[in-house]
Amino acid sequence: MLIIRKAGLFTTIQDLGRPGLRRFGISSGGAMDTSAFRIANLLVGNPENSAAIEVTMNGPEILFAQSAEIALCGADLSPAINGTDAPMWRPVQIEAGDVLSFGMPKSGCRTYLAIAGGIQVPSVMNSASTLTRAGIGGFCGRALRKGDQLSIGESRSTKTTKAVNWYVSPCFRTDSPEDPIIRLLKGRHHALFGAGSHERLTTEPFVVTNEADRMGYRLDGPPLTLEKPQELLSEAVIPGTIQVPASGNPIVLMADCQTTGGYPKIGQIAAVDLPVAAQLRPGQQVRFELISTEQAQEEWFVQERLLRHLKAGILTKRRNA
Amino acid sequence: MRHSYHPFGEHAILVELTGEQNLSSVIRRYCALLEQQAPSWFLECVPAYATIAVFYQPFAFAEQEHSPYKAIKAELEALFSRIDSALEAPPRTIEIPVCYGGSFGPDLAFVARHNRLTEKQVIAYHTKALYTVAMIGFSPGFPFLEGMAGEIAAPRRTTPRLTIPERSVGIAGGQTGVYPIATPGGWQLIGRTPKRLFMPHEEEPILLRAGDRIRFTEVSLEAYKELEVRHADHS
Repeated sequence: MLIIRKAGLFTTIQDLGRPGLRRFGISSGGAMDTSAFRIANLLVGNPENSAAIEVTMNGPEILFAQSAEIALCGADLSPAINGTDAPMWRPVQIEAGDVLSFGMPKSGCRTYLAIAGGIQVPSVMNSASTLTRAGIGGFCGRALRKGDQLSIGESRSTKTTKAVNWYVSPCFRTDSPEDPIIRLLKGRHHALFGAGSHERLTTEPFVVTNEADRMGYRLDGPPLTLEKPQELLSEAVIPGTIQVPASGNPIVLMADCQTTGGYPKIGQIAAVDLPVAAQLRPGQQVRFELISTEQAQEEWFVQERLLRHLKAGILTKRRNA
Repeated sequence: MRHSYHPFGEHAILVELTGEQNLSSVIRRYCALLEQQAPSWFLECVPAYATIAVFYQPFAFAEQEHSPYKAIKAELEALFSRIDSALEAPPRTIEIPVCYGGSFGPDLAFVARHNRLTEKQVIAYHTKALYTVAMIGFSPGFPFLEGMAGEIAAPRRTTPRLTIPERSVGIAGGQTGVYPIATPGGWQLIGRTPKRLFMPHEEEPILLRAGDRIRFTEVSLEAYKELEVRHADHS
């Protein structure tokens, strides 16, 4: 049992979402940074899709009423166990009575707390992920609050009881202390924008505004405008779609975005860089770089293969522990 | 009819159709064909007014001569040539009871005034038409309906409401629709239905799908309350 002693800014239960329901208007949702989320689960011997906790910027304070094996991956939000710095990117043993807390957000925006056995919540439409907009999934369809009690599932993997001396290579980190460059595919309406907008998109920085949540981020920067104004018919949008309303300030859609939209799409964030986008904070600058669909698909294969290697490596380490 | 293909990220391709009178029927047949054939690479498709987004698994085409995008485009072109043989499931007609006006439809008077009609006439136009669900989007189960009479068209509110109660029925421009969940929105609200459009805990969580025919029927406040209780019991 976990007892939430402080809620934190926006702490939710997530898994890898509810794919396959877009035609019903239901967003895929799930963890924003799927890379850190999957690694956190792998580290504690869970299936990649086990329900875990997504922590945003200012983290919660959690009392463990039982011993547990945990892993923290994603943003560095200064995690601590009983007030002592807690290591990230490796399995950590927690004893009954221990308190996990978070401090200064050092880099990135979201971190994942995976617990061996996963968090036990009822599945809604085949997923444990919280979709607060619809009030479904996770813990009572909402962000966690002070006093909430969460059950932990039975772990199927053998415990690594000793402190481990290994950790996941920093090459898997998605939080960037510096302003990242995010790779884009051309959006379907890219050609409808003027030459000036094309140039500004890839040469000038954009700033993430305070209007940034799991649905999407409004960016501030040089205006992007259509060559001639026109109304478009609504069509499918997905996480990573960059659409531009008439104001000229782009909106990056994220995990809980709606399934259709009518604004022109100037770009689509490459799937490999979507976890990087998930770690952007309000006020942070970002630059964009265009790549082809073929390159993006190749990059995605490379990343998936790397994750498979990592998974095999973690399995071996856990077996030998 | 012409169709063109557009990359849409690494996992999807957008098929755009132009030049056909009955686009929505072609789009539904195309989706039906994809779902029936269920090729190994197929994940899901999202039909819209003039496009279909087809989601696929690029790993299915890894280490092949052509890029996954080129391969998927070829697969879809081949599929498209068989569209004429595809059958569309006969449309379902679903009745949606609505309690018009009052606190459920605070903008009914505006829609009437805007069109120089009485409130009764607005309701008559709204209940007379047979609508088709062109697409589902915006929020879980939100239907975009075709077929509203131009006589009751009304512009969106200049300031959107921060929250619109679930099951509100609204008009925006020449469109009408129902809000399945409480969301912010700028549509003119003319009534509310006791029928649930989004039932997340049911086997079939969404009441409507693209292609369904919809008819609105007027119910009294008493009937509304009774139906609301009955529908709540079912979910």
